[in-house]
Amino acid sequence: MPGTAKRRTPSPQWLLLVPAFALITVILLVPLGQSLVRSAGSPDWTLQHYQTLFTDGVTLRVLARTAMTAAMVTVIAFLLGYPYAYLMTRVGPRLRGVLLVIVLIPFWTSVMARNFAWIIILQRNGPVHSFLEQFGLDIVLYGTVGGVTIAMSQVLLPFMVLPLFSALSGIDRRLLLAARGLGSHPLAAFWKVYWPLSRGGVVAGLILVFTLSLGFYVTPALLGSPQQSLVAQLLGQRTTQLLDFAGASALGMLVLVVTLVLVAWANRLGGTISAIGVVAATRTKDQP
Amino acid sequence: MTRALSDIETEAGEPPAPRPRRTRRSTRGVDPIPWWLFVIVFLVGLYFILPTLIVIPMSFSSATTFQFPPKGFSLKLYENFFTNPVWLTSLRNSVLVAVLSATLATVVGTAAALGLHNLTGRLARFARTVLMISIVTPAIVIAVAVYISFLKWQLVGTITGYVLAHAAIAVPFVLVSVTSALGGFDPKLLRASASLGAPPHRTFLRVTMPLISRGIITGAIFAFVTSFDEVVIALFLRSPLFQTLPVQMYNSVTVEIDPTIAASSSLVVTAVTIICLVLQFVGNRGKTR
Amino acid sequence: MPATPSPTVAHAPASIPPRAGTQIRLNGVTKDYGLAIPAVADVSLTIEPGEFMTLLGPSGSGKTTTLNLIAGFETLTAGTISFNGADVSALPPHKRNLGMLFQNYALFPHMTIAQNVAYPLRERRVPRAEIARKVAEVLELVQLTGRDDNYPAQLSGGQQQRVALARAIVFGPTALLLDEPLGALDRNLRSSLQMEIQRIHREVGSTFVFVTHDQEEAMNLSDRIALFNDGHIEQVGTPESLYEAPETLFTARFLGDSNVFELSQGVGDTAVWESNVWALDPRTVSARASAGGRVALVVRPEDVRVVTDAGAVPAGANSVTATIRDVGYMGSYRTAVLSLGRGGTVGRARFDAAQTDLSVGQSVVAWWRVEKQRVVAA
Repeated sequence: MPGTAKRRTPSPQWLLLVPAFALITVILLVPLGQSLVRSAGSPDWTLQHYQTLFTDGVTLRVLARTAMTAAMVTVIAFLLGYPYAYLMTRVGPRLRGVLLVIVLIPFWTSVMARNFAWIIILQRNGPVHSFLEQFGLDIVLYGTVGGVTIAMSQVLLPFMVLPLFSALSGIDRRLLLAARGLGSHPLAAFWKVYWPLSRGGVVAGLILVFTLSLGFYVTPALLGSPQQSLVAQLLGQRTTQLLDFAGASALGMLVLVVTLVLVAWANRLGGTISAIGVVAATRTKDQP
Repeated sequence: MTRALSDIETEAGEPPAPRPRRTRRSTRGVDPIPWWLFVIVFLVGLYFILPTLIVIPMSFSSATTFQFPPKGFSLKLYENFFTNPVWLTSLRNSVLVAVLSATLATVVGTAAALGLHNLTGRLARFARTVLMISIVTPAIVIAVAVYISFLKWQLVGTITGYVLAHAAIAVPFVLVSVTSALGGFDPKLLRASASLGAPPHRTFLRVTMPLISRGIITGAIFAFVTSFDEVVIALFLRSPLFQTLPVQMYNSVTVEIDPTIAASSSLVVTAVTIICLVLQFVGNRGKTR
Repeated sequence: MPATPSPTVAHAPASIPPRAGTQIRLNGVTKDYGLAIPAVADVSLTIEPGEFMTLLGPSGSGKTTTLNLIAGFETLTAGTISFNGADVSALPPHKRNLGMLFQNYALFPHMTIAQNVAYPLRERRVPRAEIARKVAEVLELVQLTGRDDNYPAQLSGGQQQRVALARAIVFGPTALLLDEPLGALDRNLRSSLQMEIQRIHREVGSTFVFVTHDQEEAMNLSDRIALFNDGHIEQVGTPESLYEAPETLFTARFLGDSNVFELSQGVGDTAVWESNVWALDPRTVSARASAGGRVALVVRPEDVRVVTDAGAVPAGANSVTATIRDVGYMGSYRTAVLSLGRGGTVGRARFDAAQTDLSVGQSVVAWWRVEKQRVVAA
């Protein structure tokens, strides 16, 4: 059959991928690859730069602080996000639409505008400070990890709410009624029936929020302080101020690997769940 | 992964469907929603939107500091924004970079989505993951790696550098929204078109393009906003000669204490809101048909 | 690659009316996806000009793949396809000039009805005025005048399929390929659209190739049926010949009900073919069965009579003893489910509603005239 084999081989379709791959490869993969080489090379193959991370006394402290902050953010996001997502599954479509739009607002608020707003709110003599002063508390959150945590939680809440919403909407509420019909107290019914069923979404949301918290740069840089810096700040500082490219690359690789492992784990726990989260994540990225 | 974006966006914008599930009402009596839940959710909702609300009154302040509540009422900050060449130049730079990078990302991203359409298997999954990689990589890691490499390639502080970097991180948004549009696309239409005498390129122009145009527009707008709002990479790529609006805003709180950022924030928030509304409008128009 | 973009060029003399349709010839057509067995294996079939040919078969039998090969959506692994003698095997689908109807209609959702129907004409650069005229004409033919500016989503399923039909014939295609076009419609709509398709086939007069798994639909519509099974053609013929003279057990079973008596190899055309269960007179042996291999005797339920007295069986008829398992009243006739012979094979018979002397559990004799039976390849 002359000519038949040539006509519809799949190769032309694959050709459409070439431009995108060229762009991603040159702009992202090559720099990341060079980072990797730099972190383990210069001049000979060595793990020295990674070793330094754990022995310089600073990096480990910053990593611990970052993990603590991320954990706090995660807990706050969970405590606020669960009731929110739960109510979203209960109300009529109109109110649900409104609640969803509200969730998405942080996605669309400009990064700098949002951080600027938090500076205003948390600064000395700002509304939060004045409010606390009325109770005799002279607490300024601006310039502290606490302030950073509050601002980060706000941005990351959607990443908790959306996976939770998707998980909770899948739960048949009649099970709750059935449990109560069998004599359970409403709270007991919730605890024994509803909560276990929602756990998959919860875990995915927790991992996602935690992971995203690790990479925040702008929020800690603007609302935190250099004395209490988080890992992203350290990474920036090593690059632009200390010009320790090899050390910065090693730290960057460490952050990248931790992030990828956590994201893969979240992905494993629930396809659609992390999909929503990750896609949403895209919009906010560092955002902060 | 592809569905999610459109779900979020359509559910949000969709005028609630005319009473699909009235049965819910009837369960209310048996299964009431506790009132305190509404209180909590109201407070959480405030937490979501509080910051946005605050920048708008701030922008009309006549003070020269960041003090809150704002003092007086004036358009001084807006005047400053639109007359100060530093702010205007960075706005112009941001728009330029965003337009160029969104265009680039839209073209290559749409092509990639078409290329991956209906392909399954290990290789296709791998290809998709590679293209989406920037979504799961922390921006700071990308920024540092790109910065060091761009130093060598002399792209730091150049418009080319900005456009390429922003286009690369915007590709996933285009890929996701076009793929999602293609998901609702019936491949039989391609066969129908061919059987009616249209060669492949005509089919693409007359059938495929019109039907996925919404996904392409959505992707392009996402890409534009991603670039326009991007700070982290921009902070590393900036030079005295070329910086974008978010970088200037960053400077205005870290270096200059310039309240013009309030006007700039309000403008950006308003602009993005309008873009969102347009996006919803585009989304809904397609659906009512 | 033969340079015949439009196979109609190779068309017969002018004396044949222009709407006489096209001959479609499949020669050794094979499609192999590299699976255990090829999807279509060495199929040869000639579809005459103007003929309504149905490709019938269970799902996975290769009928749809064959249609897609004719349309050019799939490439041949081996064999050739020609239209009016011109080889089109290497021609891409958009150059084959075929109309096609899909199960899910495949109307372009972003175009109005008029734009949908005009689509093939615009692709052929037909002048604007003529497009308008032809669109109006064909919409009238499918009785959808006045719906020009509606979008497909505003129409019912049946109306959408009529638009698809209009779109598929408006440009005077070489032939019309119909891929289970009625599958998505409910029963009533289906029968009215069947009549519609038949009417349009008569009026347009071009070759129709129709794919379905519904044997009633196939019998009702077709000039001829090609019955597919496991990638090959089991039998080709008019609905009557397939029903009355099946060549194989598959054909006998796929079209209508049959009583099946499995036989071991016989000793000759006129001898009594025996198994350890049956002793029956074979007589009408199909060509395939006489070629050797396993055989079975089949007889339609409406040809089987049931009597209580063995003496009532006419001489020369075939008969078996049976037990009545169940009797059903169908209005104009009754049916019986029978246990045939010692093996307990289930059989069916049909008899007059007036015959009321039969009850469940009764021992009877089932008989039929030898000319009504067929010995087929099993």
